[in-house]
Amino acid sequence: MKWLALAGLALAALALAVVLGPAHVPLTELFTSPIVRDLRVPRALLAFLVGGALATAGASLQALVRNPLADPYLLGLSGGAGLGAVAAIALHAVGPWALPLAAFAGALGAMGLVYRLGLVGGAELDPRVLILAGVAVGAFAAAVTTALVSLSDASELRNAFLWLWGGLSGASWDTVRVMAIYAPLPLAVLYGAARSLDLLALGDEPARHLGADVARVKRRVYVAASLLTAAAVAVSGVIGFVGLIVPHVMRTLWGHRHRTLLPASFLGGGALLALADTLARTAVAPRELPVGIVTALVGVPVFTLLLRRWTTA
Amino acid sequence: MDDGLILSLAAATFRYPGAARDAVTDVSLDVRDGECVALLGPNGSGKTTLLRLALGLVRPGHGAATILGRAAVEWSRRELARLVGVVPQREETSFPMRVRDAVLLGRYARLSPWSGERPADRAAVDRALAQCDATDLADRWLTTLSGGEFQRVRLARALAQEPRALVLDEPTASLDLRHEMALFERVRALVDRERLAAVVITHQVNLAARFADRVLLLADGHAVGQGTPTQVLTRETIERVFRWPVAIEPFDGRPQMIPLRQPLS
Repeated sequence: MKWLALAGLALAALALAVVLGPAHVPLTELFTSPIVRDLRVPRALLAFLVGGALATAGASLQALVRNPLADPYLLGLSGGAGLGAVAAIALHAVGPWALPLAAFAGALGAMGLVYRLGLVGGAELDPRVLILAGVAVGAFAAAVTTALVSLSDASELRNAFLWLWGGLSGASWDTVRVMAIYAPLPLAVLYGAARSLDLLALGDEPARHLGADVARVKRRVYVAASLLTAAAVAVSGVIGFVGLIVPHVMRTLWGHRHRTLLPASFLGGGALLALADTLARTAVAPRELPVGIVTALVGVPVFTLLLRRWTTA
Repeated sequence: MDDGLILSLAAATFRYPGAARDAVTDVSLDVRDGECVALLGPNGSGKTTLLRLALGLVRPGHGAATILGRAAVEWSRRELARLVGVVPQREETSFPMRVRDAVLLGRYARLSPWSGERPADRAAVDRALAQCDATDLADRWLTTLSGGEFQRVRLARALAQEPRALVLDEPTASLDLRHEMALFERVRALVDRERLAAVVITHQVNLAARFADRVLLLADGHAVGQGTPTQVLTRETIERVFRWPVAIEPFDGRPQMIPLRQPLS
């Protein structure tokens, strides 16, 4: 029943994203309009894939660092991606893929650095060290990013800032295709680790007693969730709160079992971002809000409610 | 090979990296089917480290730790979880979970990552809950349980592993009299009826004496005594190890310890 409702919500979100937009397309021309075919459909699909990827990565990382308030960017990926993107803009890199590739490379760089720092205590990733390393790497990348932004021209600044707040205006059938080919592997790795993530929540040693190879699970989940987030950031910029709020809501509905939590988060995250992007496109048409602003405007109130529940529970 | 022998330590020694002295020195211990062994000793005497050695979580510097005749460190965590169920001293509870799902975690080592739960898994969970008198708790959230209920659920999780041996690390640390006695009775019943092996770390000298077939008394990582409660738990030994005067009285054929008053000077 809950699954039916969630699937219905996801379909409704996709349908709305296709039907609504700044340009008026009559319902009768929905299947023939080039605006729908070349712009709205790929954009809706990309929003759904990115939202699903962020929420799934968030749910997994929350279990990994044993902190329900973790989000996919906690480990410095947004900082790395931002630095990559801004560097590409500052260097006047051209071509439709220059910015996503630079952001992806930046995210991977941050991921490698944080991973390496997370191993300082020995052969095993320590969640506390991971969080600290993520914050440190993120702060460093943000400092370099700001330095680059402050040294570049005004027109480039606007681009960079808009990109940092996230947006799906770069969506095309090509980006959808890249995401659709890329995302299934890390998603499958995370789903395969679902039961291990259930155990990880108990702590390392209790998880071992129940049969989990803790060191391997942590490495896999960290790498898969980071690769997923890096791709999301590369095609859409930094979109906050989806990876934090959605797993939370799903956890209250389904409980802390990752075999249901991860697929539910994927659907919920996809639906949320498709809706948020529809709002971002239509609210101030013909101009467009960065979708990260919409998710933040919706996410922050929800987050404060969650915080209250957490502290009073 | 000794058929009933499950966990075995032979003159095992272990020192944590960077530590000034051994955490466990030259300790031997055999645990067989159908017997309950209590590990006693002051705080920091090496009880938990001894368990970690026996379960292959750390490698002995000298001596040997074997499980069913094979070196303990060679067992994968998954293989071992099908043989030994552990109720650890502490665990995190940062995420909400229902009791049935928590007990189902005990089936992890018997499930493939891709398959769903089979009827056999659900049956094992139901059986484990029933064995721990926790059937009525199945749909409750873990966070709503009392201390005694929580320990029953954790024991049920270990039993859902369908193990041949149980290891309990201070299982009654925060329980009241009734729940403490019930837990020891339950473990004893599992040992007698199901022929499980049980290793219990505890600070309750008197309960160890009443329920265990053998006790191992540790002090500063050394085995001060090992044998039946009557052999090990003498006044001299306990006073030396715990550094407090006591009297020992027999009850039901087992030694019982009464701590004496000694005003602090």
